[in-house]
Amino acid sequence: MEKIKKGVRLEHISKIYQDPKTGKDFYAVKDANLTIEPGSFVTLLGPSGCGKTTTLRMIAGFESPDSGEIYLGDDPINSLTPNKRDTAMVFQSYALLPHYNIFDNVAYGLKLRKFPHEVIKEKVTKILELVQLSGMESRMTNQLSGGQQQRVALARALVIEPSVLLFDEPLSNLDAKLRVSMRTEIRRIQQEVGITAVYVTHDQSEAMAISDKIIIMNHGEVAQVGTPQEIYYHPVNEFVADFIGEANFLRGKMTGRDEKGLCILEVHGNPVRVVGDDAMQEGKTYTAVLRPEAATLADEGGVPCKVVLSCFMGSYQNYHVMVGDTLVKLEEPNPKNKKVYKVGDACRLVFAPESVHVLGD
Amino acid sequence: MATRQGSALDRKKLLADPIMVTTIVVLIAFLTLFILYPLAILLVDSVIAGGKLSLSNFIRIFHMPNFNKAITNTLRVGFVVGLISTAIGLLFAYVEVYVRMGKCVGGLFQVVSLLPVVSPPFVLSLSMIMLFGKAGIITRYLMGIYDHSVYGFWGIVIVQAMTFFPVCYMMLKGLLKNIDPSLEEAARDMGASRFKVFTSVTLPLMLPGLGNAFLVTFIESIADFANPMLIGGSYDTLATTIYLQITGNYDKAGASAMAVVLLSITMLMFIVQKYYLEAKSTATLTGKASRARMLIVDPSVKIPLTIFCSLVSIFVIVMYLCVPIGSLFPTWGYKFFPLTGKWFQQVFTRYRGLKAFKDSFVLSLIAAPITALLSMIISYLIVKRKFAAKGFIEVVSMLAMAVPGTVLGVGYIRGFAGGVFRTGFLQGIYGTGLILVIVFIVRSLPTGTRSGISALRQIDKSIEESAYDMGADSLKVFTTVTLPLIKDSFLSGLVTAFVRSITAISAIILLVTPQFLLITVQINEFAEKGAYSLACAFATILILITYGAVFLMNLFIKYFGTSRKIKETE
Repeated sequence: MEKIKKGVRLEHISKIYQDPKTGKDFYAVKDANLTIEPGSFVTLLGPSGCGKTTTLRMIAGFESPDSGEIYLGDDPINSLTPNKRDTAMVFQSYALLPHYNIFDNVAYGLKLRKFPHEVIKEKVTKILELVQLSGMESRMTNQLSGGQQQRVALARALVIEPSVLLFDEPLSNLDAKLRVSMRTEIRRIQQEVGITAVYVTHDQSEAMAISDKIIIMNHGEVAQVGTPQEIYYHPVNEFVADFIGEANFLRGKMTGRDEKGLCILEVHGNPVRVVGDDAMQEGKTYTAVLRPEAATLADEGGVPCKVVLSCFMGSYQNYHVMVGDTLVKLEEPNPKNKKVYKVGDACRLVFAPESVHVLGD
Repeated sequence: MATRQGSALDRKKLLADPIMVTTIVVLIAFLTLFILYPLAILLVDSVIAGGKLSLSNFIRIFHMPNFNKAITNTLRVGFVVGLISTAIGLLFAYVEVYVRMGKCVGGLFQVVSLLPVVSPPFVLSLSMIMLFGKAGIITRYLMGIYDHSVYGFWGIVIVQAMTFFPVCYMMLKGLLKNIDPSLEEAARDMGASRFKVFTSVTLPLMLPGLGNAFLVTFIESIADFANPMLIGGSYDTLATTIYLQITGNYDKAGASAMAVVLLSITMLMFIVQKYYLEAKSTATLTGKASRARMLIVDPSVKIPLTIFCSLVSIFVIVMYLCVPIGSLFPTWGYKFFPLTGKWFQQVFTRYRGLKAFKDSFVLSLIAAPITALLSMIISYLIVKRKFAAKGFIEVVSMLAMAVPGTVLGVGYIRGFAGGVFRTGFLQGIYGTGLILVIVFIVRSLPTGTRSGISALRQIDKSIEESAYDMGADSLKVFTTVTLPLIKDSFLSGLVTAFVRSITAISAIILLVTPQFLLITVQINEFAEKGAYSLACAFATILILITYGAVFLMNLFIKYFGTSRKIKETE
């Protein structure tokens, strides 16, 4: 594919819907500014109703933004209908044409573009090879498994060589195991073709596994944009921290800095050392994010706590402990060779200052 | 301000699609000109007397004793027919869904549910007269009653109830199937008897649905023209009174006012039914049955119910059979043997039967595909697209369902006899075959649209979106995706439109000119004259044509339908 790669840019995009029950207007998407680099894999992630699908459908052209402009490369595309946009979408329900066989489904877009017959045949054969469905050309869509149907949908979108590939929760109808293998597959194909991809999902592990960049949305607004690592280790607020992975929040007043420059927060009367930035001020209250796998239980050091739940999960031991009146969830990996605490045990919660991330206020 | 950009863009995208725009404009023009305009002109006509705005037409008609009588008659008939049809329909539906019955009874039920759909509207009246009239086989020959009259209130009620109860039966069957059996099992488990379960669980759940069925029948009954015409005798209903007012008294202004009254009644009922009861009846029963129902095998329940329903079914079937048999008797009521084909012969030799069949057949054949295509386009636009005038198209094409044929007929006379707004514009179509075809289309459009909508709702919206996304324009999406997916529904819409057109009479009888001979009008004429054997012969051929059409459709769907392909591969 010798096409010039194009990115997508959203400038001040809003979409207003009417609540069918109350009749009140609300923002489905509010002032979204996003830049999707050419050739990158970007995921829109958020809980249901956060506006991620609406954003995707605006890029595809099914919905029209109420403010702002969408650019494909450098061209504004607001007033183009979906069939005139250089985008192709993979739908949640696959949306294959049930009255066509696999070949005709994949060839549909090519026929509309009036390619000669031999070219269509060649392109379809090649793309089916890429999604590993060679030899299935004459099957009907309902003879395929869910995973295979999604491959056909992907092939159909890829074969017209769009500038941007759009995915609307493509894996949510598949079972858990297949979901994992399909997402690797989608990532492989995207890299192989080098196409720009925008992917909508509510599954955070899916987003982390395949994305170059994740855009987290909440209540129609963009909460954070960043690489999976940035988002996991440096969430900008409690929502992001809580939505991506499991998070414990320790709140405390800053009492000062120690000799190494670490900030000291007072959490339920116990000094907790964290890595903070220069902007942090003494006397103010901060929230620190502690991931369950970043802490461990020990007999001494750290902060005193009390075990309220201890549960064997196979690969890890799951603890709930109380630090003062704050519940902290822990995952202690490989419990076989470690001391296992029981409910009611008093012990200490230990973690390194670097593994805690302090949220800005 | 922000909202405007979205709608402005939507509009811009729509305008970029000339085929869509043309389609929408043509549709709106069609609906306005042939549904809204004739009704509007009735309204205008009825309040203008002597060139001035006045209610004198209404005052005049409400002083006519026969008009007042007609109103009470119509409402009485509608009410009683609504009650009886709903009750019998419920019984049939209950027996089918709840009681284990033999294959034989099931077959009877199926025949009964299909018969009225494909039969000309007055077949039952005809056989009613032939079985129970003055010279009726049952009344005179079996019971020896010589002066029995079937004409009047009970004649209409029985005939209409038998015509309309299958519609209730089909509606209520759908609802009963949606009741989750575990609800009733829970009540049983708590100690309620079967009867108590029915009255305390099943019936309350069905109440909005029953009201819905009642009103649908009510509307059908008061809009019915053919049956009261044949079997009403001196018992006039609104539809027949309007017809006589225009054909007998040449009082067009009076007829317009009467038509407005009839239209107001049906509209009111329709609005209650459509926007209140229909929503409610589906809202209470959205749950799909989680598993199969335990069927009732208790003989004390099963036997009486089955026998009753079978008797009703057999009665209805005999009524329908009476028509073809009647056409074979040398003289109905006097001489039964040897069976003869002389009436059929006369139909073609003396009474220009061939022309009648040709005219009816050709006009219906022209109307059917147009209707089917139009209704599919309308349902596609309503279900799958969003645009400004969508509400208008949806409401008008649905409201047309509540317009009685007689009212439409009067509207067309007033609206087109002197051209649109009496300007002479489109005057050319009045009295031609074209206006008949248009009436056929308008009369069948709502049913077609309704079934099109329910077919399209089953199709995942993203299938069409994906085609659109791949680069197909609206026309391509409709022809390569939508239409192939609802092929079955399109075909049955085609046949329904054909059957409805070829059996239509109420609006047609007011608009037909001597240049066209229509079968239904012929049947009506011969039956009025008492030439029942000839009417039967005409009706028999008509029934054969309609059944032939339905048979062909089923055959076609079986071998070329979409569902078959998908079923096969499963």
